[in-house]
Amino acid sequence: MTADHVTRRGLMQGGGALLAAAPLASQAQAQAATTASVSKGAPMTPVELTVNGREVHLQLDPRTSLLDALREHLKLTGTKKGCDHGQCGACTVIVEGRRINSCLTLAVMHDGEDVTTIEGLGTPEALHPMQKAFIVHDGYQCGYCTPGQICSAVSVLEEIKAGIPSHVTEDLDKVTFSAAEVRERMSGNICRCAAYSNIVAAIGDVAGEAEA
Amino acid sequence: MKPFTYERATSVEAAARAAASVQGARFIAGGTNLLDLMKLQIETPTHLVDVNRLGLDRIEKTEEGGLRIGALVRNTDLAADATVRRDYAVLSRALVAGASGQLRNKATTAGNLLQRTRCPYFYDTRMPCNKRKPGSGCGAMKGVSRSLAILGVSDACIAQHPSDMAVAMRLLDAQVDTVDATGARRAIPIADFHLLPGDTPHKETVLKAGEIITSVTLPGPIGGTHVYRKVRDRASYAFALVSVAAIFGKDGTARFAFGGIGAKPWRTAEGDAAAAQGAQAVAEATLAGARTTHDNDFKRPLVEKTLASLYRQQEARA
Amino acid sequence: MKFDTPAGQNPIDQGRVIGIPHDRIDGAAKVTGTAPYAYERHDAAPNAAYGWIVGSAIAKGRIAAMDLRAAEASPGVLGIVTHANAGKLTKGSMNTAHLLGGPQIEHYEQALALVVADTFENARAAAALVRIDYAPEDGKFDLAAERLNGVIPPQGFGGPADTKAGDFDGAFASAAVKLEQTYTTPDQSHAMMEPHASIAAWNGDKLTLWTSNQMIAWGVGDMAKTLGIPKENVRLVSPYIGGGFGSKLFLRADALLAALGARQVGRPVKVAIARPQIPNNTTHRPATIQRIRIGADKDGVIDAIAHEVWSGDLPGGGPETAAQQTRLLYRGDNRLTAHRLVTLNLPEGNAMRAPGEAVGLLALEVAMDELAEACGVDPVELRIRNDVQYDPEAGPQRPFSSRKLVECLRAGADRFGWSKRNPRPGQVRDGRWLVGMGMASAFRNNLTEKSGARIGVDGQGRVIVETDMTDIGTGSYTIIAQTAAEMLGVDLDQVTVRLGDSRFPVSSGSGGQWGANSSTAGVYAAAMALRAKLAEKAGYPADQAQFDDGLVRLGNQSQPLAALAGGQGLWAEDSMEYGDLDKRYAQATFGAHFCEVGVDMDTAEVRVRRMGGAFAAGRILNPKSARSQVIGAMTMGVGAALMEALDVDTRFGFFVNHDMAEYQVPVHADIPDQDVLFIEELDDKSSPMKAKGVGELGICGAGAAVANAIYNATGIRLRDYPLTLDKLLKAQAA
Repeated sequence: MTADHVTRRGLMQGGGALLAAAPLASQAQAQAATTASVSKGAPMTPVELTVNGREVHLQLDPRTSLLDALREHLKLTGTKKGCDHGQCGACTVIVEGRRINSCLTLAVMHDGEDVTTIEGLGTPEALHPMQKAFIVHDGYQCGYCTPGQICSAVSVLEEIKAGIPSHVTEDLDKVTFSAAEVRERMSGNICRCAAYSNIVAAIGDVAGEAEA
Repeated sequence: MKPFTYERATSVEAAARAAASVQGARFIAGGTNLLDLMKLQIETPTHLVDVNRLGLDRIEKTEEGGLRIGALVRNTDLAADATVRRDYAVLSRALVAGASGQLRNKATTAGNLLQRTRCPYFYDTRMPCNKRKPGSGCGAMKGVSRSLAILGVSDACIAQHPSDMAVAMRLLDAQVDTVDATGARRAIPIADFHLLPGDTPHKETVLKAGEIITSVTLPGPIGGTHVYRKVRDRASYAFALVSVAAIFGKDGTARFAFGGIGAKPWRTAEGDAAAAQGAQAVAEATLAGARTTHDNDFKRPLVEKTLASLYRQQEARA
Repeated sequence: MKFDTPAGQNPIDQGRVIGIPHDRIDGAAKVTGTAPYAYERHDAAPNAAYGWIVGSAIAKGRIAAMDLRAAEASPGVLGIVTHANAGKLTKGSMNTAHLLGGPQIEHYEQALALVVADTFENARAAAALVRIDYAPEDGKFDLAAERLNGVIPPQGFGGPADTKAGDFDGAFASAAVKLEQTYTTPDQSHAMMEPHASIAAWNGDKLTLWTSNQMIAWGVGDMAKTLGIPKENVRLVSPYIGGGFGSKLFLRADALLAALGARQVGRPVKVAIARPQIPNNTTHRPATIQRIRIGADKDGVIDAIAHEVWSGDLPGGGPETAAQQTRLLYRGDNRLTAHRLVTLNLPEGNAMRAPGEAVGLLALEVAMDELAEACGVDPVELRIRNDVQYDPEAGPQRPFSSRKLVECLRAGADRFGWSKRNPRPGQVRDGRWLVGMGMASAFRNNLTEKSGARIGVDGQGRVIVETDMTDIGTGSYTIIAQTAAEMLGVDLDQVTVRLGDSRFPVSSGSGGQWGANSSTAGVYAAAMALRAKLAEKAGYPADQAQFDDGLVRLGNQSQPLAALAGGQGLWAEDSMEYGDLDKRYAQATFGAHFCEVGVDMDTAEVRVRRMGGAFAAGRILNPKSARSQVIGAMTMGVGAALMEALDVDTRFGFFVNHDMAEYQVPVHADIPDQDVLFIEELDDKSSPMKAKGVGELGICGAGAAVANAIYNATGIRLRDYPLTLDKLLKAQAA
């Protein structure tokens, strides 16, 4: 089953191939891209990241957010820019094992750190269980908040396991999985299409499997 | 966002020195508020001193039986800390009532104290705002002001302090520990840390240029029942219209601090003293001097109603 | 193909693929982040420069002076587009305000310049250096204050401004039970997750635009018109759209300015409208004031009903047609509707999900709740009593094509446990929560639009569909693939669907909940043409050939599609056009919403506890994606009821809360499990798909059900949306 976005003229040589390829554009590509966008005037800062298991070296304008480093420099466009101000959650990625809004942090602040994006969780050929569950439960519509929802969802299960309390945790010392916990913890990921109850069902499935 | 230079500090002292030596320098920690404002050029630092890797992320007991919380402890870690959950539950509760999971993973203890207002006129650089641009006027006072402050306001500014955590810190009589470029250390009681707007709403804290928060220290635990109640339109991921942090003692005493209504985290001796007389008395004592607009006058009854709710819950527990 | 007589039995009725809750075929691309959205086409435009829009700081007036020197000297700047250097621009036929303002300024945040630089960071910083001196003029920003200056608007999508039947005044005056109330709804923002975004690239005089747009052909037309170039020279590509809800129906500033910027700097340029700019730069759903009068007998049977609506827009704009549903929803021989339009200098008002009904029902369905109470009739029963099987303005000669409102009401009530509701308000407590139940009818017009497609079979027997139809989260990819698979007798995974490219046949596009039914009907037409070609090649009579298992069959004979298509493949193209069935029959979709809320007994915070509904919208092409559309729309209805409002500063003339922190939409924690029941229905007068729209039905009435539940919980009737706790506290104190 495919939904083919590539036009007949541009057939798979162009974007399709790149986008369907490995989770990360090769290091050479990444560096070339960065060099191309070096501009006069702005002092560049070297940044080294491990993104989805691969080391990348970038020269960045220090103003570059982690989000724009991923999307514009590494061409990892799975991470989305919804608001660029920490108000929507579409840019959620996992840095050093924790989910954060990649729009509200500078790439240079993460030198030497480990970043996992949606591309690192799974590919169309090898889906992460959470990605699979989102498909089965129709946990999306337009798809734009989806990578952020999935990165958050994966982290939320870890956070519950780690006993981190939430606003709806009744006893701060007893953190257990529930739909209410999921809803509260996922509230930093807005879905205007509002697949909310489907997303909660998808996360419930994955949590259930993890327990079983 | 204006261009800036960036450096990663190697020690607290070096950070303070760096910040003091460059005009327009700022510390950056979590960045969740500072970068938001820099993108809009509400904040325009010329130099950023990254203090994320200075080892200021520990939580440790003090000799006096209190708790020293490193300035860089993330909101998530502070809320989840076993001692905080057991002895300062109101702080845990306040933290998890704020922002989102992603933001709490990044936002820091010190940064949260320095969080700036959510006033929409502050956020739109084309609008008058005495806090953002001293002398330009206040757009909010006769504009849209539903979310804004009713206590501690002035003719120049009615911006609210948006933090949840700071409300709990105020309730717990925290102290803010700092060091400056000369190496001089200060311990600032949280009650004195934030400034009221007066004629200078752009001055929000007593911190001097280059002075860096190293930790926030809590006195020994005082027991009691800890609650944090946040009232908002949407169920999560929203700033408070009114929030109340409270500790109810076994002897009928209680203490209260408020968010969403003050130019700074709000607590009064009079409010605490009225605890035994119930919600209405506490509300009246707290709200003495309140100044409302057409849009936010509902906060007056809402403070009392929220307190009433807490009292009723407390009675149910007893 | 023309659809002008009711559909008979056809291949869609097999229901082998159509009507099955298949997972979306674009699912894997979406969950892995590999579906490319407009701003992300590094593949197509690898060397794009970055544009940043400078918006007006005033609502009305003129640019007195513009100083670009500092911006031009800023690092990395490649060019700056303004009205002074953009060349002649003709306003698009779908736009009310100019997308590039200056020297005249029509609204706050109207784009006045685009700064193009080599990097995003440089463009954004340089944009802040553009200095503009303004000569402001007084504007009008207050709908309530301007209400009496309303005029009769020109006829638009929503039908005539005024409608009348019988003698409303006489019947209302003599009615046993009279209800007269005024309701208000605020300006609302679409707040789709993907900002408006485009990349433009010129090749000679030919423009390619990778953009986020619901209506490809409208976009092509208005881009060509605005730039004064032939339509053939404009190509739009929009395969994935991160939400629209009406905000992306039209050419917007991102697209035009990307094109102008790319022309000026001689390389591709990408532009996204920054989130804090969106509410004031783009369109919004206009605020309304609605007056409803209903005259009924003591049993609640309506004899007279009137719905009058006031809304505002910029000069040349249109009304919010909030009385639309009142023309068709309930019985009554004496009726009138009226829309009046006020000139306001706020940003442009336009369509947002279910324009008209979404806010019209926020008023009408609360009025019905009030009438039910006044008559002492159960709200569900009241609506059943006022059901009408024909257009009540036109009379029995114009029946509904299909109308299962009563079935929805009964089934929905049953499933929700409506019988457990205590009709006396303020009686049910659960801890600190006052609990109430409310309901409302759902109604949304069914529109059909001409739609074309091209469909082919290749040498491997793979079916390929191409149409400029868009998928804005609605599930177009999947239902189009299902349609093609059903028509040509192949499995779903044998179908490739290509959407959102102006090189493909012009479709209905996505809007007005017409997309699913209309676009699949277009694919049906093309598939019928291809079936004829395949049958002809096979040497079988077209009307007797059967298509299944990848074969064309006649009796015992069969030939594989792949062989018939040959190495060249075999293609056919057609479109579906509509006759006058929508004139002869009233066509609409129906449903019933049910909601249980809790209202905090102290703070008056409102939280939705349960929500469910039953809906009848013709054939449901894919129950999985259709259900998602409905729950998503219900959630938007919750937002409208409880929190969504653009706050107008009537001094400066702008929407103050112009970001996603301050314009609040529901989050996960606001939304409980939602139950959706589709009532079986085939509408043979809507299209050969026998489907109707369903994407907007879910918002229609949802907010009113919340409002009515709040009343049932508290005994407080609010008529000014959103129904926030400050209003509840005020009403409580009064």
